[in-house]
Amino acid sequence: MLYNILIDPFVQMGASPDLFVQTLWEGLVSGVLYALIALGFVLIFKASGVFNFAQGIMVVFAGLTLVGLHEKGVPAWIAVLLTLGVMYVLAIAVERVVLRPLVNQPDIILFMATFGLTYVLIGIGEFIFGGEPKQMITEQLFLPTGSIDVNMLGGRVTFQKLDIAAAVIASAMIIGLSLFFQYTRIGRALRAVADSHKAALSVGISLNQIWAIVWFAAGIVALITGIMWGARSEVSFGLDIIALKALPVLILGGFTSVPGAIIGGLIIGVGEKMAEFYWGPLVGGGIENWIAYVIALGFLMYRPQGLFGDKIIERI
Amino acid sequence: MFYREAGQFKKTYAADMAVFPILQDRIGLGIILFIAAVVIPLTGSTFFISSVMIPFLVFSLAAMGLNIVTGYTGLISLGSAAFMGVGAFACFKLTTSFPNVNILVWILASGFFSAVIGALFAIPSLRIKGFYLAVATLAAQFFLEWCFVRIPWLYNYSASGAIQVPQRTLFGHIITGANATPTTRYLVLLAIVVFMTWIASNILHGRVGRTFMAVRDMDIAAELMGIRLLPAKLTAFALSSFYCGVAGAVMVTLWYTGGEASDLFNIRQSFYILFMVIIGGLGSLLGCFLGSALLNIVPLVLKYGLPSIGIAIASETAEHINHLLVGALIIFILIVEPHGMARLWQITKQKLRTWPFPY
Amino acid sequence: MKEFKTIAPGEELLNVENVTLRFGGVKAITDVSFNIKKGEVRAIIGPNGAGKTSMLNVINGFYHPQEGRITYRGATRSKMRPHVAAAQGIARTFQNVALFKGMTTLDNIMVGRTLKMQKPFFWHVFRHGPAMQEEIEHRKFVEEIIDFLEIEHIRKTPVGKLPYGLQKRVELGRALAMQPELLLLDEPMAGMNLEEKEDMCRFILDTKEQYGTTIALIEHDIGVVMDLSDRVCVLEYGLKIADGTPEEVKANQKVIDAYLGVAH
Repeated sequence: MLYNILIDPFVQMGASPDLFVQTLWEGLVSGVLYALIALGFVLIFKASGVFNFAQGIMVVFAGLTLVGLHEKGVPAWIAVLLTLGVMYVLAIAVERVVLRPLVNQPDIILFMATFGLTYVLIGIGEFIFGGEPKQMITEQLFLPTGSIDVNMLGGRVTFQKLDIAAAVIASAMIIGLSLFFQYTRIGRALRAVADSHKAALSVGISLNQIWAIVWFAAGIVALITGIMWGARSEVSFGLDIIALKALPVLILGGFTSVPGAIIGGLIIGVGEKMAEFYWGPLVGGGIENWIAYVIALGFLMYRPQGLFGDKIIERI
Repeated sequence: MFYREAGQFKKTYAADMAVFPILQDRIGLGIILFIAAVVIPLTGSTFFISSVMIPFLVFSLAAMGLNIVTGYTGLISLGSAAFMGVGAFACFKLTTSFPNVNILVWILASGFFSAVIGALFAIPSLRIKGFYLAVATLAAQFFLEWCFVRIPWLYNYSASGAIQVPQRTLFGHIITGANATPTTRYLVLLAIVVFMTWIASNILHGRVGRTFMAVRDMDIAAELMGIRLLPAKLTAFALSSFYCGVAGAVMVTLWYTGGEASDLFNIRQSFYILFMVIIGGLGSLLGCFLGSALLNIVPLVLKYGLPSIGIAIASETAEHINHLLVGALIIFILIVEPHGMARLWQITKQKLRTWPFPY
Repeated sequence: MKEFKTIAPGEELLNVENVTLRFGGVKAITDVSFNIKKGEVRAIIGPNGAGKTSMLNVINGFYHPQEGRITYRGATRSKMRPHVAAAQGIARTFQNVALFKGMTTLDNIMVGRTLKMQKPFFWHVFRHGPAMQEEIEHRKFVEEIIDFLEIEHIRKTPVGKLPYGLQKRVELGRALAMQPELLLLDEPMAGMNLEEKEDMCRFILDTKEQYGTTIALIEHDIGVVMDLSDRVCVLEYGLKIADGTPEEVKANQKVIDAYLGVAH
């Protein structure tokens, strides 16, 4: 029994390194996607202190809007632009309708309001585009399909071109965002707001405007994530459960750290794929659904502030 | 004008500490109990009792469980449906293994199983707080959900993975299984819910309840007052899970008489219960009932109410609109009154007190 | 559990020896020693950031000093959890009011009685019998405190809605409900107007008289400090710069420099 848990999986890894690489790669790719959702969370949390539970749904919503518009006969690129427009309207609406009236409420109330937002988005999305799963318009967006097979380590490892594209686009977006935060006027304002709402207000930064911008940025991230994700599986609100996986990622990385979100995403992605592949069969499989949370929980016990969070000094 | 407390003097601390110190409230409660226990069983249709009242009561109980930990102790739990599931499976296993023991005993006993599991998952709550804890409870949700599917022993190796409580009787009346009448099941359920509400109110109005609220409002100060945080939080989680567990047990015994799959206890159900608590009122027992009533009635109105007044609506669309409405309702309630419908009711009572001369 | 002695009036209740507290590289308190005698009002003063509140946090176990020893009622310890300190009779109020905002005044003060209420959970389930008796007994005690602090009219108001001055008073009430041996007051008069300050002074003196409580007090209003306290300890940048009766401290050159500034 102990042998099966502690030693056998590693023997298997050593015995067929090609399978190991394949699993690792799969894990890394799903890790990138988790990281992208987590990135949306981090953006909003940094700038407004709101724990946006709806980020996962925004991903599905954006993907669904894009596909839905295309189905209604809108050309792909125009559909992308229109979806961006929808995300912009959403950002403004969220700021006006949800954030502004709740501005001085405790964090937990805002957190719960994003639950409400989640259901509103599900409702609207399903109402307009129907509840059935849809295919992502991969080819129309000039995303590569097919795969590259590499013979290595005594076996054949398959890399989906799409996954490679996803990794590249994600990296580009992360670099872009960091540059944006570091070097633009709005980026500076965002960092100021993240530090202290009141202080930012007192030097003339408009909170409302900043929040709308941040939610829009999170919307763009959501759209890109939605495209990538939809291309790998399909677009439907059934994905929202998977979107929740971004939460353990956040725990690992800390709520305010962009690098944390990425590294956390990769750890969770790889961790759960490995666990499923090598340890899953011992208990009948399906552990992918919860192993991420257990990893995060175990980690929390050891380091409650997350991988990159600051040590918390409690004051009174 | 009718809702006045003038002239009702309290001569002892016991009278002042009563849950309903005002006479009119006690009369009102009596009337509600009378309607629930006598009028509804006599006049309600089968549909009304089995599709409105029974779900309402089951979810009120579950919401009460969640409210204890989230509303009173301030710890968000996203795993309440899983704890319901623990209660449901425990009750099923117990009654099929020991068929001769009264089912009511097993319903309450399954709460204890749930309480132990709940406390177990609450151990991290000492070190982690707030959103982090919410995510930790998701671990409980998904792990337990997985257990419900993957451990065939739990559902006695039945092919469909469903659990079906066999026929059990109480004082010669059939109360579970396919042959029990909705009215009997409703009355048993009502008795359980009233009893459990009374217990909850007792606990929450005393030292234990104050401890919970102190932890919620300012945990550091609570600790400096001599409250040990881990036992307080564990008690809250255990008590909460106890209520959820009993709710799960009554769900499979008194509501779903046919076998239902284990996705009764999925994450969406957890969210749904959380919504009831938010809409009804965090930290209010009355709120549990109000929230449960509202969230049970909205889908029914969309599904059956609208067609009956001539607006045709596909049942799928109704579900979509339901999502939309529930979401909008949560945001609306949080903006208008973060303490939910229960607080709105309190404000109304305050106004009634001075009506018709508010100044 | 260590043995805790009963201390006679005038003897040493608490002794702090060479305590140093660091946060990372920052030293909040450096090698501070002082003692508190039973029955006295002991003031800790100093400019902002001098480490006064940190000192109180160390005393009631919220912070753990890296060096030094604390002897309380004859038992020496280096680390202690806050709830243990509470159980041994150390109560406190806070600089920024730390009341339970969602609860009423009455409930807040009742929380202070938690430690004295030990009836098992079982009875609370029914809220009858022993649990109810206990509840009523403590309610009587709490009503006395409410009476003492003259807050009868806000008994059932949620404290979040009260003005600041009253909140401070409720907080004192909550601490008193613990029947503490040693009461730590962190700026009990901050942000109050003259009248409220006078009231608060009166309550502090009455507490000492009526309950025989030993009081350690942080306060910025020097006039109040000099009038109320028996001995004063002055901190600056985490160091103790003076200790003694109000008169001695007033005459101390270092204290005058710290407060008025000095030409270098």
